[in-house]
Amino acid sequence: MKIKFIKFIIFFIIFFVLSIFFVSLNKDPLYSTKDLEGEKIQDISLNHFSKNEIISNQDLKKNKFTLINFWASWCAPCRLEHPYLVKLNKEDNLKILGVNFKDKKQNAIKFLNDFGNPYDYLAKDTTGKQSVNFGIYGIPESILINKDLIIVKKFIGPLTYNDYIKIRGAVKNE
Amino acid sequence: MNKIKFIISIIFFLFVASNILAASINKNELFKNIRCLVCQGQSIADSNSDFARTVKLVINDQIKDGKTEKEIYKFLVEKYGEWIVYNPPLNKYNFILWFFPYFILIIGGFLIYILSKKKDSA
Amino acid sequence: MLSSIGNFLLLLSTILSLIVIYTSFKNLNEKGNLISKNLFTICSLQCTFIIVSFFTLVFAFIISDFSLVTVYQNSHTAKPIFYKISGTWGNHEGSLMLWLIILTIFSFLFLVSSKNKKKEFRIYTLIIQNLLIICFLVFLLFNSNPFGIVTPVPKEGLGLNPILQDPALAIHPPLLYLGFVGSSIYFSAAIASLLTNYSGKLFVNAIKKWVLLSWSFQTIGILAGSIWAYYELGWGGFWFWDPVENASLFPWFSMTALLHSLIVLEKRDKLYFWVIILCIITFTSSVAGTFLVRSGVLNSVHTFANDPSRGIYILSFLSIMIFGSAILLLKKIKSNNFVFNTNSKETFILVNNWFMIFYLITIFLGTVYPIFTEVLSDHKISVGPPFYNTVIIPVVVFFLIFMSIGPQARWIKNRFDNFKQIVSILICSLLINFCIFYFFKSYSVLSNLIIISSSFLIISSFNDAIKSIKKNNFNISRIISHSAFGFLILFIGLNHNFSIEEEFNLKIGQIQKFENYNIRFTNLNLEDHENYKAIIGEFKVNNLDKNFVQILKPEIRIYEKPSTLTYEASIRSNILEDYYVTMSNIDRSDYYNIKFQKKPFMIWIWISVILISLGGFLRLFRHENKIY
Repeated sequence: MKIKFIKFIIFFIIFFVLSIFFVSLNKDPLYSTKDLEGEKIQDISLNHFSKNEIISNQDLKKNKFTLINFWASWCAPCRLEHPYLVKLNKEDNLKILGVNFKDKKQNAIKFLNDFGNPYDYLAKDTTGKQSVNFGIYGIPESILINKDLIIVKKFIGPLTYNDYIKIRGAVKNE
Repeated sequence: MNKIKFIISIIFFLFVASNILAASINKNELFKNIRCLVCQGQSIADSNSDFARTVKLVINDQIKDGKTEKEIYKFLVEKYGEWIVYNPPLNKYNFILWFFPYFILIIGGFLIYILSKKKDSA
Repeated sequence: MLSSIGNFLLLLSTILSLIVIYTSFKNLNEKGNLISKNLFTICSLQCTFIIVSFFTLVFAFIISDFSLVTVYQNSHTAKPIFYKISGTWGNHEGSLMLWLIILTIFSFLFLVSSKNKKKEFRIYTLIIQNLLIICFLVFLLFNSNPFGIVTPVPKEGLGLNPILQDPALAIHPPLLYLGFVGSSIYFSAAIASLLTNYSGKLFVNAIKKWVLLSWSFQTIGILAGSIWAYYELGWGGFWFWDPVENASLFPWFSMTALLHSLIVLEKRDKLYFWVIILCIITFTSSVAGTFLVRSGVLNSVHTFANDPSRGIYILSFLSIMIFGSAILLLKKIKSNNFVFNTNSKETFILVNNWFMIFYLITIFLGTVYPIFTEVLSDHKISVGPPFYNTVIIPVVVFFLIFMSIGPQARWIKNRFDNFKQIVSILICSLLINFCIFYFFKSYSVLSNLIIISSSFLIISSFNDAIKSIKKNNFNISRIISHSAFGFLILFIGLNHNFSIEEEFNLKIGQIQKFENYNIRFTNLNLEDHENYKAIIGEFKVNNLDKNFVQILKPEIRIYEKPSTLTYEASIRSNILEDYYVTMSNIDRSDYYNIKFQKKPFMIWIWISVILISLGGFLRLFRHENKIY
């Protein structure tokens, strides 16, 4: 009896391990920080792009929704998503905070002149240190937060048409 | 008897003498324990990527601010998820990882003890 | 053309394998204790075909025949000839081909070299080997065909990843596979032994040299990988607990356990089933490692182009193997009376196995745990160096102590009549540690324990050597391997504690000072090479204490095919320490990021591992001399 039980256990373990392996084959090997939706963003303190000001929690708490968009003039995919940002700018419940990431000021200004400026707030992060506080690991990345500064959605890589629709939907529901 | 006491005290002395140590944050060790998210299986200490550089800058700042190693790990896990630290925190997901090896060690020792306790009949 | 030849030969080999199995069964039913001549002929034919098809692939790489997908994806005309050849096994398909050729040659060698063994045992081993060969052939033909073609034929290949263009990495896979594949022989032999009741000392004789052979090659193969990582990956470490590295350790641990318990089976005719289990674990863990590496379920530095269909194939193969052997084993297993005296050599060998299994399970768990959390809870975690260091290193201390005392224990019943000696050795090692600690640098409690226990092992091994010379019963391989293991741990410990690592940004002409070093960035040169451009920095490293200047020249290499940047470390080795400088460019800036490292005793770490495996090789020769 005891031996039978041990045999059963051994088979069960082997079976369990192998079936986990089989399932794991269909998992996406790439990592994304999307698990962090629902977390709160703390201690926002960004330098204003041109003025000697700080953009902080207080500024963003006024808005129903804020889309924080990390971009740079040297980043090619940022050009792809830019038209959607311009469109989103028209949403009533949404303010857009652009964070210019490791960029030169002239280039950034030229970029906005060329493609339009969708940003209600414009901040800069010349060293990239601030981006760590937002959990950014490559740009473009966008974070949609609500008035409690809780992450509603994270978009890694350029915004697509689907993302645009999603953001509009999320903002409208309010 | 005195001799044994003497030997034990020598051993004890040598060991204790070697152990007056000062713990401080070893920056390089810390960097080695943080995954570079944009790389293939490298830590930020090993990577030349932009991301790795930025995270190193931030950690340097935090060390200057007097944060402890644990606080730094916690900060990064909050921002990027547990994937970023090579040192999985002990929580409800990871307790098997941390305890199972010791469990095996104890079971193994126990088995050998049982097997060898019986007197050899051969 | 080459593609058809290759495919034809592989297909022919598959058919020959089937014929081998058929003839073997027929031969089993025949009377007499000899294996029919036909079987030898077919096996040598099969072996020849696979060797020829392997060299067809090598040839395709040499002449850069880009009509083959494998060659197209992994080679380039501008590559030096040496790397064209080593490129053959620098990719998934080619490395499977290498695996196959070794597997076939080993099967043939087993058949030839086991003449004085029982017929049934030999034939069953051969059958199982051929089943494995068929599995690999089917995998090669239908999933990972090295002879697949591209049309239209491309003019130029995509090139081999430059970090793989390194002599250490060229020999790393062949060495490692000799270890992995060598274990297939005793896997098959173990199954055959269960089927034919060919057990005890006879079984040990049949597999011992294969275990030694694969263990020694595995050890040296892992070393080659480490040396490559040290030189090529440019961050100055040699072991990262990366999943791929761990995968090469699984079989190493079970082989080591097997190596030791074989002695018990040989001398005392005990632990038979345990030995069988270890044989099975060794090979299945090799295949499991292959699965983890090739299927892309784990994130690792070593990227093979990932493809889940490969994973499904290898995993199915693995499952059949594990279930098959587990069912057979559980059917045959009898609770035999392993009774040992607590204080005897047998117990000490079991203790070795206990630790080996602990290491194996810990590393296996650490490697696959992220897969489990992801599948079961969608929660991604990383398990890396801190985990292994915290769990394994404290246990190593105890392991080293047992390893020091064990070899001198006696069979059946041991007495600690050498108690005084042990204590004096312990005091010696404490003194050594104290001196290192007092005169050089302070380090943690754990490092103290590691250095004490490894010195303890080294001194005990020397003591062991002196004693056995006196008794004229000199087991040179054990003494070499054991003391080299002690040295390995000692040097790793010292290396860990006395390394200096400093990172900073410099422009040309600037100087950086720290501790007693003074580093000047003197120059920057551009050089054109056959297949890359190099930016070479020149650094004057001045040791202010000894007033000793060295010039190091790290490089940034820009490869065109495929277009990649690699960072070449500049390393100056001498007997006591390595100086290691890497340089990398910083985007949008004219500063360079410089990493300076001083790593003591690096060569001694390599030498220790070479000595460990040398012990295995020496034993192999001694063993053979005894038989013939």
